[in-house]
Parts: sequence; structure tokens; C-alpha cells
Amino acid sequence: MFEILTKEMLTPAICRMKVFAPRLAASAKPGQFLIVRADEKGERIPLTISDFDPAEGSVTIVTQRIGASSADIIAYEPGERFADVVGPLGLASEFVEMSPGKLASQRYILIAGGVGTAPVYPQAKWLKEHGVPVDVIIGAKTRDLLIYVEEMRGVCDNLFICTDDGSEGFKGMGTNMLEKVVADGHKYTQAVIIGPMIMMKFTTMTCRKLGIPATVSLNTLMVDGTGMCGACRVSVGGKTRFACVEGPEFDGYEVDFDEAMRRQGQYKAEEATTNEKHVCKIGRGK
Amino acid sequence: MANKIPRVAVREQDPKVRATNFEEVCYGYNREEALLEASRCLNCRNPRCVTACPVNIRIPDFIAKLAQGDVQGAAAVIAEDSSLPAVCGRVCPQETQCEGSCILGVKGEPVAIGKLERFVADETLGQASAVCAPANGNKVAVIGSGPAGLACASDLAKWGYDVTIFEALHKAGGVLEYGIPEFRLPKDKVLRHEIDEVRRLGVKIETDVIAGKTVTIDSLMDEEGFKAVFVGSGAGLPKFMGIPGENLCGVFSANEFLTRNNLMKAWRDDYLTPIHAGKKVCVVGGGNVAMDAARTALRLGAEVHIVYRRTEAELPARREEVHHAMEEGIIFNLLTNPVEILADDKGWVKALRCIRMELGEPDESGRRSPVPVEGSEFEIETETVIMALGTSPNPMISRSTPGLETNRRGCLVADEKGATTRKGVFAGGDAVTGAATVILAMGAGRTAAKAIDEYIKGL
Repeated sequence: MFEILTKEMLTPAICRMKVFAPRLAASAKPGQFLIVRADEKGERIPLTISDFDPAEGSVTIVTQRIGASSADIIAYEPGERFADVVGPLGLASEFVEMSPGKLASQRYILIAGGVGTAPVYPQAKWLKEHGVPVDVIIGAKTRDLLIYVEEMRGVCDNLFICTDDGSEGFKGMGTNMLEKVVADGHKYTQAVIIGPMIMMKFTTMTCRKLGIPATVSLNTLMVDGTGMCGACRVSVGGKTRFACVEGPEFDGYEVDFDEAMRRQGQYKAEEATTNEKHVCKIGRGK
Repeated sequence: MANKIPRVAVREQDPKVRATNFEEVCYGYNREEALLEASRCLNCRNPRCVTACPVNIRIPDFIAKLAQGDVQGAAAVIAEDSSLPAVCGRVCPQETQCEGSCILGVKGEPVAIGKLERFVADETLGQASAVCAPANGNKVAVIGSGPAGLACASDLAKWGYDVTIFEALHKAGGVLEYGIPEFRLPKDKVLRHEIDEVRRLGVKIETDVIAGKTVTIDSLMDEEGFKAVFVGSGAGLPKFMGIPGENLCGVFSANEFLTRNNLMKAWRDDYLTPIHAGKKVCVVGGGNVAMDAARTALRLGAEVHIVYRRTEAELPARREEVHHAMEEGIIFNLLTNPVEILADDKGWVKALRCIRMELGEPDESGRRSPVPVEGSEFEIETETVIMALGTSPNPMISRSTPGLETNRRGCLVADEKGATTRKGVFAGGDAVTGAATVILAMGAGRTAAKAIDEYIKGL
């Protein structure tokens, strides 16, 4: 179980892996996530599901190296196995449960930032397959950090690329791109924003200004992912919600992003110590 | 006279030393001590201890074997009724069950039944003596590998059923693994062995499968051929108080704190999962989970305060746990209730604002309910707040299973035999009762196993 079937580095720090997890592949839906524990001593790391193939029994995950645990995941090679891959966790995207009538009147804009581009892919793919108009904005700092550009082109009506430094596509951030796209006459009934917390915060503000309802997918801290630990709690519309079981997608207008960002950094001090002690396992010849 | 011998005291790690490590607090009896203690049992004709045990272990019989020096024989007697004796010998509230009804306790000290059970179990770990009936070809699914699920699965396997346990986490054991700390229940030394014995009965345990997500009860019954399902998914959702400041950095549920420490082994340097205790910790609550969280934080190096709204007499935790906590230097702030958690300028906990309480009239539970003393608010400076206020069942299974009813507390509705409102689906343990004890869950698992056996035979 949980054998890595394929692996490719999308950028020097972002890795895409296809993992054998048949029960998970058979039950996954767009918007959901999973948890990987690389080995006995590893953390349980929540990762979005970038694709799933029930026939092959595989799920695709995209991981960015940010700390010791993500580095351990990336160090695995095809043929090796993760200790654990569990899911699907969280609720499916709202559109998955929508009535065909309501779905027919929707026009989606999916806004992806950085590694958040990967989970946008199955959403665009699902919408496209169900005949719902869908445009996608992919934003990154620079051209080399763009991922999923070709894949995305095949599953949306219009693809807009932007980079902070203008090395590819429009020069500017996702927020600027969105304003331009709307100014150019594109109309949307719903935005879905997936990316770093700060990007989701500001893109939600832009959506509010433009009058587009915005859904965000929150990548909070988690241990079990099944509602047990409460590490993932977020304030949404003044109420405490558990992102793992009631999310990960919420109405962006209602999310307290500042609190969510503070909570995300709760273990920074402890993690800094871990990273110092951590022995990188890349090339350990397992 | 046998009962003139005083109860044999059990050896424990020195409180000052154990406050700095995660080694087991209680060393248990050695053979000599166990045999001496066993000789105190009067072997009553109508043993009240057996009735008081939720799984009705034949206590005088196993103690009689032990008194004769027949440890294997004693283990075989226990194994007929319990699959987790090394666990129960450690975590059961014997003082309110078997030992609480021991006739010796009327005038003196009851027989140390728990410590004797533990001795027998530890001496025979990994030497399972239970025998299984021939396979009958019927598949039963058990959701959750905690005490209820393990007990149910063990009985069914002994009767020849083909049993698979589905566990959401990566390790089997449920609350025994994620909830109860190493210093009360060693994981590799004790728990692993007892779970392996359940496996040796032929029970398959599939980890990383979340019922209600990865599979559903319908998919197990309709597509995978399970004739019946037992739901022993526990009560895993943490409660919070609903006071301002609960989402500040440095406020954790006891579940999160204990899961990081126990399941993820954050207390060990070689494991990657982080845990945060800080220099000073306030644990809100007075149950066993509160004691576990407090004593864990202490071992991580913090000064620890229990904040509880009633008095010491009402603490719901076992006496032994409270006593151990006090010995180790946990500070008890009684008749104290938090009203707000205060933040520093970075959004981290700075202090816990509390109000003094006094006991008023008894409530429906018979306990005198605490009432706030007006104008008595004060602040306790603290870095960390851990909420240990109890847990409720996870709605994941009830929501994904049509026809499976819950009550207003979110607990599954089941009759006295464990049958739910869905045909072929049985339930027991905390998922039905709300948070209770290991042994009650085991009892419910065994009761449901009987009902499942009858149900499948009647198909």
C-alpha cells in the first residue's frame, strides 16, 4: 500500500507524486484533502488532492518543500512506500453537491497561487466535464515557479497567467490580474481562491470589491484531520469552525484571516528547532 | 486469617523523578508481592466483585489460581472475559467497580484486584491462550480499534467470525493509543502486545481507513460483503467553553495536546511532530483527561495548574490520578472558573481571567452546582491553556449512514444489546454513551458481539 508510482519535480522545490491508495482514489472528490505520514517518526501532513484515478487506484499529491516533514515526503522515490496515506478528508467543493439547474447558471473563476495551483486542477477539470464555464488565473512570483500551466489549459475556457516580476504573462499579482480580467468584460458568479493564506485574504478583498462571492480553501494546522484535535479551528462569521471536517472550503468574506495566519504559525519556534536537528533523507538509498 | 494481612503496597517511581520522565509511574507487583496479595482474597461464595465488573471477569477464580502460583491458569481465566487485561489492570477505576464492592473493603482495604490483574497480564504478555472456533465464513466489520472495537472483535473471532477492524488513525488502539499517556499505559511494552494478541485471534486491522469518508457502512455491507457492522468509533470531538479568546495561539484542546504527545510521540526528540507547553500551563477541567494533560505538560517542563470549578471532592478523575498529580506538584486551583483568555500583542495567551465559585444547591446529578461569586474575577498569568472539558461522538459515521439515528447529544441510538436503528448495524462504547471508561466500552463491545452472533445466525 501507499507505493509511490511516479515522481517529478515541477520546480526545484515543488514535487508531484502519484501514490497507490485504492480506497482513497475510489472515494475522493474535488476540494477534499488527504494526510501523509512519510515514516514512523514523521508528522501527519495534510496535502490537497491534485488528482485521483479510481481505475488505477492512485491519487496525485503536490508537495512544496517548506520544512523537515515536507522535505522527507519529497525525498521518497518511485517504488518506495509512505507509512500512511489517509483520506479523503473534509467536504467536497460546493459545486459537487449543486443541483444541475443551479450549476447551469454558474460562471466560475478559479484563482490559484503557488502550490495552491495543484488542487485547483481537479476543480477546473470537474467543472469543465460538467459543462460549467470556468476560467483560471494562475499566479506565481516568477516564471520558474509556475506549475500546472499546460494541464490547466486543457480544463478551462480561459487561462490567465500572472507573475510578480512579469517574467511570464501579466505583470502583477492575482488580485491585479482578476481586476483586469473583470475590467475586460468577463463576468463571474463565483470565485474559488486557493493559495497561501495571505494571498487568499487579499484576493477575497478584491472579490468583495468586484462583487464576486469568494470561496477559499484553508490550509490550517491539523493532527488527525477527523475533527479530533481542533488544531484547525478558524473563526468564520464569528463562529468557531473545524477546517478538517466542516471545511476546508469556507466563504472567504466570513473568514478571520488574521487569526488564521497567526494560528498557522503556532509551532514556528518548535519547528525551527526541529529543522536544525533534522537530518535530510534525500539520497539515503532506501 | 488471610484477611489480617494488610493490602500489599505497590511500588511507584519517586514523584520528583517521574515528574521529569515518561516512564511508567507504577512498577506493579513482583511475584512475591502478588502471591501475598492474592492470599488475602476470601473467595466469597457470592463474589460481588464479579457483578461489579463490566465484563464480569471471574475474579476470585483467577486470584485463587494466582495464589497457588499458577499464573498461566490465572491468565486463562481472565482471557475468557477480557482481551485487554494489562490495559484494564492499569486504567480501570477499580475503586468504584470490583475493588469498590470487595467485602474486605467494608472494614479495611479491599483486595488490590487491579494490580493483581496487571501482574498476571504482564507476566503472560504475548502468550495468548484463547482458542478460536472453526471459521464460519461470515464477515463482520468493526469500526474503530479502541476498547469497544477490540473487545467486540475478539469475541467474534473466538466464535469463528471473519473480523476486520477499520481504524481511522495510523495506529490501532483508539483512546488507549492517542489519549492515555505513556506514563500510565506504556505503548510498546504493553498496549502493542495486547493488540497483537487480538490479531493472533485472526482479527485483521486495517489502519488509515475512515468510516464515513474512505468507506461507508453501506459500501462495507453492499460491496464488501460484511454481514454486520459494529460501530465503536468513540467520542473524539473536543468541547470548548465558548469564552472569548479560545482561538488564541497557545490554547489547545486536551485531545490535540495528548494526541501530539502520545500518538505522535512529540515528547521524543527523534519524532518530528511539535508540541507546545511553555513555562506555565493552565489545564481547565477535573477529569482523567485533565490529569493526563496536566501531568504531560509537567513532564515537558512546565509549571502546571488545574483550574476546576468545583471542589476536590467533586473532581471526576480517579482518586489515584489526582493523588499522583498532587504528588508530582500539579497546583490545583479549585472553585475557579475561566471567563476569558487574554492575549498579548502578538495574539498569544497572556493570562486566564477567572471567577471564584462557591457550591450551591445539588443539581440533577446530585453534585452541588457551582455558582460564581460576584465581583471575584482575577487573572492567572499563563503561556498555555489546555481545555479538558470532555468530548462528544464524531458525526462522520451517522451523517454518512442513512437510517442511523443519533440523540440530541450526537450519540448513536442503540438498545441494551447494542442494536442501532439500522438493520445489521450495532454500536457500543463512547459512540453510544458519550465519554465514559475503557472497561464500560469493552463491556458494550462484548454485549454487541453476542447480539451480532444472534443476528447473523438468524439471517
